[in-house]
Amino acid sequence: MVDTTVPKTRSFPKIEFTDSEAGAKEFPSSKSRTYSYYKPAKLRSTMYEDVTVDVQPDPDRHLTQGWLYGFGDGPGGYPVEWTKAVSTNWHAFLDPNEEWEQTIYRNNAAVVRQVSLCLDNAKRARAYSHWTPTWSTFIARNLGAWMHVENGLALHVFTPANRQGPTNMINTSLCVAAAHKMRFAQDLALFNLDLSEADIAFDGSVHKDVWQNAPEWQPTRQLVEEITAVHDWGEQVFATSIVLEQLVGQLFRSELVMQIAARNGDYVTPTIVGTGENDYARDLAGSRALFKMLTRDEQHGAANKVLFEGWLATWVPKAIAAARALQPIWSQPAEKTITFATSFDAAQEKFRQLLDEIGLDTPKELDR
Amino acid sequence: MSRQSLTKAHAKISELTWEPTFATPATKFGTDYTFEKAPKKDPLKQIMRSYFPMEEEKDNRVFGAMDGAIRGNMFRQVQQRWMEWQKLFLSIIPFPEISAARAMPLAIDAVPNPEIHNGLAVQMIDEVRHSTIQMNLKKLYMNNYIDPAGFDMTEKAFANNYAGTIGRQFGEGFITGDAITAANIYLTVVAETAFTNTLFVAMPDEAAANGDYLLPTVFHSVQSDESRHISNGYSILLMALADERNRPLLERDMRYAWWNNHCVVDAAIGTFIEYGTKDRRKDRESYAEMWQRWIYDDYYRSYLLPLEKYGLVIPHDLVEEAWNRITKKFYVHEVARFFATGWPVNYWRIDGMTDADFEWFEDKYPGWYARFGKWWEAYNRLKYPGKNKPIAFEDVGYEYPHRCWTCMVPALIREDMVVDKVDGQWRTYCSETCAWTDTTAFRPEYQGRETPNMGRLTGAREWETLHHGKDLADIIKDLGYVRDDGKTLIPQPHLDLDDPKKLWTLDDVRGIPFGSPNVTLNQMTDAERDAWAASYRANKNVSV
Repeated sequence: MVDTTVPKTRSFPKIEFTDSEAGAKEFPSSKSRTYSYYKPAKLRSTMYEDVTVDVQPDPDRHLTQGWLYGFGDGPGGYPVEWTKAVSTNWHAFLDPNEEWEQTIYRNNAAVVRQVSLCLDNAKRARAYSHWTPTWSTFIARNLGAWMHVENGLALHVFTPANRQGPTNMINTSLCVAAAHKMRFAQDLALFNLDLSEADIAFDGSVHKDVWQNAPEWQPTRQLVEEITAVHDWGEQVFATSIVLEQLVGQLFRSELVMQIAARNGDYVTPTIVGTGENDYARDLAGSRALFKMLTRDEQHGAANKVLFEGWLATWVPKAIAAARALQPIWSQPAEKTITFATSFDAAQEKFRQLLDEIGLDTPKELDR
Repeated sequence: MSRQSLTKAHAKISELTWEPTFATPATKFGTDYTFEKAPKKDPLKQIMRSYFPMEEEKDNRVFGAMDGAIRGNMFRQVQQRWMEWQKLFLSIIPFPEISAARAMPLAIDAVPNPEIHNGLAVQMIDEVRHSTIQMNLKKLYMNNYIDPAGFDMTEKAFANNYAGTIGRQFGEGFITGDAITAANIYLTVVAETAFTNTLFVAMPDEAAANGDYLLPTVFHSVQSDESRHISNGYSILLMALADERNRPLLERDMRYAWWNNHCVVDAAIGTFIEYGTKDRRKDRESYAEMWQRWIYDDYYRSYLLPLEKYGLVIPHDLVEEAWNRITKKFYVHEVARFFATGWPVNYWRIDGMTDADFEWFEDKYPGWYARFGKWWEAYNRLKYPGKNKPIAFEDVGYEYPHRCWTCMVPALIREDMVVDKVDGQWRTYCSETCAWTDTTAFRPEYQGRETPNMGRLTGAREWETLHHGKDLADIIKDLGYVRDDGKTLIPQPHLDLDDPKKLWTLDDVRGIPFGSPNVTLNQMTDAERDAWAASYRANKNVSV
């Protein structure tokens, strides 16, 4: 049967050539093709600056009507009083990593590919079958405990700090640090899952008890929990990036796991933990730049130094206690290629260098 | 990753949280909601291992399209009428996006459900993506479109402009006050679930019809993240509904959030879609038709109504009134006319409407020409400098409106204007609901119950107050809306760039005094104010 119905006329917009390209005409501002409302750090603005600077407005810059909502018990917007640290110009901070969406996804997707490939290859090569029971136990207990640290700091330090910092540049940098830590924590958890499913003796759930109850990890858990309980975002970031990460994080990751894994027949763990180290190196570049800016502030630098020294006095003893409590785990692997003293000396030396770069004196606790 | 693997992986990730015993995380952002009886589920099961590569792939597609647009000379075919409105839209939208990132800690603080914290943290990163990808799109426009003026000062203009500030109160609504009101009900349950449909789906459709296929590329990519955010919002809403004590707060917040979103988003997006397009096919959907499809059917009927059985009190009357304002009270058209009236203090150019536009508007909105036709004819008549002042300062039968203290869009539906003395100051509101928002909802007590975490309306909320008594030329200069010759204005009431004589300069607007309606209102006696209010409501503002 022949279909005699008239087909419905399609409707579509008509494209018109408008000659609306740059350069089609000359008129005032026809060549004004850079963002003019801020001064880039160098002669030419970077992509990072263009997509980040002044997106979060500020009454001290172009914002004329003030913040339009307040909290029930205080001002709205991004009060500088949310940290005791003071700056004559918070906007001077630019993230040395220049993180924006493209860098975030490129870098983290690259890490995901690296970790996934490593885990796939390990499974194919039956890499875990060479592990000794003591090494399996070491990873199950200690790397398992460490993933809680990463997740806790991601969710309860860097995530809230991303709302509390005074500028878009600071907050985005903190947001990326949160993303790094979340991803790393999850990578460790999924590694734990892989190991639980591998044909080896591996207790995939012991990490919960170790983290919650094992004596060697309790000072670390206490340190993490006490940092998350602080209201001042600056102090939280300082206590985390400058103190905890240096004296406990790097001590455990760089100075223990990364040093001994290969000698214990494990090439998978350093690949994964190395990504966490790389994340921290990036995040530290941001924290270092921030606190350096504050200690060098012409007007407030001296007061900031006093403040930071107070923070060091609070957190360094707790971090040292956490580090020392971890000492027994240096004895757990079969291949003990490094002593706690060596590892801790190395961590302390890096910490001293960092404090020196920021412009702070070494706390007396370190010299004991 | 298979579904089974994903479920297993997600279960593993949930082991990362623990019950603290030494100290609990600081509560930095309070809420008056309670979640003690809440069920704890995360329906999304998002893990970083799949998230980052997925987003990278989406990014690659966006950046590939951007390269293609430049190689394909997209700007040979974009409509300037459309692109000019992007100077306003793209100055605003990166701030609400980044505010959404900053809002996630509020929700994480308020909701004691570690399972959902993961999804909220992922949303936080998404929002950084959205903000920066939109800033980058704007940069591409600035570099490749014929007239970069306005794009080049975008964030400064956003921060000092009367229209930018309307968008800013939208973004600030996500990050301040009660954590659940702001970060869940206002941001996720209403803004993202309802209004991103018109923002990120309907509007890009119109962009494509005007030769701009990059806006759809970027915003559809953004919208593909929104479904996850909607899921976050829904989970928290169900948790809140599980506790009877939250019901009055939910009812309050749904009324505020729905109405404020309607006032702000429909004003802006309605204007961009209806007045930024050159596509006047009769079978193209009007904003009202899009609204019916995306918001009334998709959101109200499919999403909100089913929640009634869980005890959510839905603001049916306000949904109907929003529809009424869009279809019968010409809300969007009044907003567009207001933007065009205020052209000298814009940072974009506004094309006049033509006979083809008139015909389309009359077809879609019967009665449009009788109400707005003569005014737009006057706009075209007065578009060049020399013989007349800008239209706002000529007698064309249009009375400059008062601003709504709450939503900050002016009280354009004049018969609905409310005037009240609040906190010692006479204020005007566009509607009873906006008045209620200020006088009743955003207060430390609600229906006899203490609500200490609820936010407060602050700031110099009437833009005109800042410039009261100044010369128009000085205001424009102070705002920075001047081109690089130091005298030609960035805003123009037309699109003609080929004849310098047609471009308004500071000299053309000098000697025109500018006044604040609110300052004047507060100087009136009671009798004068009553008379003024009656006259304001009675004036239909129709040019003849």
